[in-house]
Amino acid sequence: MSVEIEFEQGGLATEEMTLNMGPQHPSTHGVLRFIVKADGEVMRKATPDVGYLHRSIEKIAEKVGWHGFMPYTDRVDYVAAMACNQGWAMCAETLGGIEVPRRGEYCRIIAAELSRICSHLLAIGATGMDIGAVTPFTHALREREMINDLIEELCGARLTYNYMRIGGVAWDLPPGFRKKVARYLDHLEPCIHEINDLLSYGKIYTERLGGVAVVSPAMAMSYGLVGPNLRASGLKHDLRKDRPYSVYGDFEFDVPVGHGEMGGVGDCWDRYMMRIWEIFESVKILRQAVDKIPEGPVIAKVARTFKPPAGDVHVRVEAARGDMSWYCVSDGSEYPYRVHVRTGSFAAMSIIEELSKGLMIADLVAVIATFDIVAPEVDR
Amino acid sequence: MDTQAIQRKLEAAFGGVVGPVASGRVESWIEVDPDRIDEVAAMLAGDADTRFECLSNLSGVDYPAHGHIQVVYNLISYTHGHELTLKVNADRDSPEVKTLSGVWAAANWLEREVFDLLGVNFVGHPDLRRILLPDDWVGNPLRKDYVEAPDYHGISTIRESMLRIDLPVKD
Amino acid sequence: MQAFIDGLIGDASGLQREIYYLVGMLGFGALVVFGFILPLAGVFSWLERRVWARMQSRIGPNRVGPFGALQWLADGLKNLLKEDVIPQAADPWLFRIAPYVVVTGFVAAWVAIPFAGPLIIADLNIGILYITAVTSLVVIGILMAGWSSNNKWSMLGGIRSATQIVSYEIPAGLALFPAVLLSGTLSMQGIIAAQGWQPWMWHMFHSPFALLAFLLFFTGLLAEGNRTPFDLPEAESELVAGFATEYSGMRSLLFFLAEWGNLYVIGALVTTLYMGGWQVPPFTENAVLLTLAQFATFVLKTFFWVFVAFWIRATLPRVRVDQLMSLCWKYMVPMALAAVLATATLMVVFPEGSAPLRYATFAIVVLAVLQFFRRVVFHLRRARGMGWTIAG
Repeated sequence: MSVEIEFEQGGLATEEMTLNMGPQHPSTHGVLRFIVKADGEVMRKATPDVGYLHRSIEKIAEKVGWHGFMPYTDRVDYVAAMACNQGWAMCAETLGGIEVPRRGEYCRIIAAELSRICSHLLAIGATGMDIGAVTPFTHALREREMINDLIEELCGARLTYNYMRIGGVAWDLPPGFRKKVARYLDHLEPCIHEINDLLSYGKIYTERLGGVAVVSPAMAMSYGLVGPNLRASGLKHDLRKDRPYSVYGDFEFDVPVGHGEMGGVGDCWDRYMMRIWEIFESVKILRQAVDKIPEGPVIAKVARTFKPPAGDVHVRVEAARGDMSWYCVSDGSEYPYRVHVRTGSFAAMSIIEELSKGLMIADLVAVIATFDIVAPEVDR
Repeated sequence: MDTQAIQRKLEAAFGGVVGPVASGRVESWIEVDPDRIDEVAAMLAGDADTRFECLSNLSGVDYPAHGHIQVVYNLISYTHGHELTLKVNADRDSPEVKTLSGVWAAANWLEREVFDLLGVNFVGHPDLRRILLPDDWVGNPLRKDYVEAPDYHGISTIRESMLRIDLPVKD
Repeated sequence: MQAFIDGLIGDASGLQREIYYLVGMLGFGALVVFGFILPLAGVFSWLERRVWARMQSRIGPNRVGPFGALQWLADGLKNLLKEDVIPQAADPWLFRIAPYVVVTGFVAAWVAIPFAGPLIIADLNIGILYITAVTSLVVIGILMAGWSSNNKWSMLGGIRSATQIVSYEIPAGLALFPAVLLSGTLSMQGIIAAQGWQPWMWHMFHSPFALLAFLLFFTGLLAEGNRTPFDLPEAESELVAGFATEYSGMRSLLFFLAEWGNLYVIGALVTTLYMGGWQVPPFTENAVLLTLAQFATFVLKTFFWVFVAFWIRATLPRVRVDQLMSLCWKYMVPMALAAVLATATLMVVFPEGSAPLRYATFAIVVLAVLQFFRRVVFHLRRARGMGWTIAG
């Protein structure tokens, strides 16, 4: 709950202190810095200072070319990297007029949803750990390791995949992969229920997260919040349902929204539970994808020196942290003229300054964790 | 509403400030004057037929060949489900564009990023300062004619060759 | 204890006698501290890491010694050999003294802890009052540590901790009254003597109010020991290590040893006051064997509570500072007061104690424990079906 303090004139004079939650701190969200002006335990304002992980990825794109940029897109959000791969591939394909074969699209979706589950497991575990419950973190990471094993079989890498290519995916599913994914999903669902039982409805946990930092729908849309953060505020917008790209139109799944069970609609608890519910939805999509995947090639024929005609395009993909908006300009050469990514964590960071007024310092950690902010997305 | 209908609506309200619908190979967009973009945006956000509640993307692109820096806005409407792209061309030597942070709070940080990396001055922005680069950085890296300073606070920015082979000097 | 040292000293008199006496006492104190308390605290650190790891599907230390049992020695040695870093702007003397104040406050409580019938360093007739008073010394040490570090985060951690400990003294202090009332004495051995060796004769089963007081006492002591769920002063994800952030090497290890050793004191206090202490059925006439059995019982009961503290730490998240305060003042203090008043009333109404009430409370707790084990078996069965590796 945010605390309301009234300071009477002539009362006890307290000084405001400026604290620095430095770029190094034991939270798992990356290199973030907050300059906190606090009056004792209650914050007046927490200003984020970003840019510690700025790697000038967008400028690098102009140097490495269309194909060469694919590994860099992993690093835009290395926690859920497949969606970034997909965004970039779709940019290039839209500009170049390339159609991805159906099997390739299905492979992309399987990879993207597995990566989404990975990311949400990490988010759930990290939120729990930031609030103090250290055990669900290890359980969630144990499940995540199994997905990493699956993806390692698929493309050889466990974190930065470089699995997709312009025109499809790099490798077909290995033999027996579909059965393994199905059996893993059977194993995963009771584990998520277990984490839920352990963590989500505990009294201490709901008191810490319920009613904290309520984001109204108008505020969410104005600040450009996307993905689970937006849906937690009650707005049912999911790019996979509203504007189905790739073959998402083939699948049946729900879009969960926050209901405000433990406080206001759009509080920290809603945002945290969104990720648990979304894991269940991803499991549904994966089961259907693994069932219905057609035969065929996985990649279209794309020239080695890929030169899409001049033009620009906006592509949005639903990544784990919300819809990533890619803007890409081509000037007809082998190198993109300009690439710009607007990520979900960027918007979430910008809203924290506004939300932090009146919260306690302990709440700031909860807010950062439930917005699922990762530094590479903010800084690129 | 499709882009043509929106453009007609805007032209009716603002006249020559708003250009015609231009179409590239994939997308269409409307060009707007840089000093009236805030009014246009306010109308697009507030009007019941357009209802663009969300600024989805704000990018700056440097076109030295054309002599301008282009700021591209991508607006989406959750109520109606339509999208719109607006483009603003600002003169390259002293680019000035009206800020949209009064219309959408998302524009605050997005415009700071364009200011940081491209040097566009957003008139009326409440807090225009660098966001990704350190505060004392010189230059705007995403400009096509950007040359990096040889060192930053004594740290050399020139990468020596990773391959150091001391070969004997042949006479 | 005094008689023992008197016997050793013999016939010396005057100043010489006093000096022998002093040296004897200090020597014995040093022996107890370095030979028993600090190693025990070290062993607890190892035990906590193993128990914690098992609960998190990990293994824990298993390299240094069998099952990693010498890990704490390695940690201690490493910390002794570390560079002594003192921040330049820190207050030099307060910074150095703070860990010692904390350790003093915690070690001094061991004087009155009854390990077995004859095994108590000093059976003070104000035993429990002395322990409560002396463990409050740690507040001074923590505040000194937080302030002298010249670091805003340390200061915040120190203040949070001081607030927490001082506030939770009240419910913990109130909640030990029912045990004292039922025993009629503040002396630790006296409180144990007033209980019986059978479980249903323990103070905690005397009435539902005594049970409530026992639960409040345990919770209050956890909060005083800065243990989860009340470990906000050392919240890792927020303040690195709270008041101990700027400490490195042995100085910081002393803080942690004080925390782990305090767990034993918590367990010992709960065991003594509410769980029958070292009482064993009188199965033999041999004094040594009896003492050993009593010691073993006491240690087992204490270790059980220490294990519960580890378990709680692995399970529960942290409580925020304002919630912590409201829990203490709005909920625990009234409940503790109610427990005291109710116990006093019951003592007036049933001077000999009410057997039906006692057996009913005991039955309720036994049923709760059985239900708990049923749930554990259910979860174990459910978990047995899970388990998957990529190999198949």
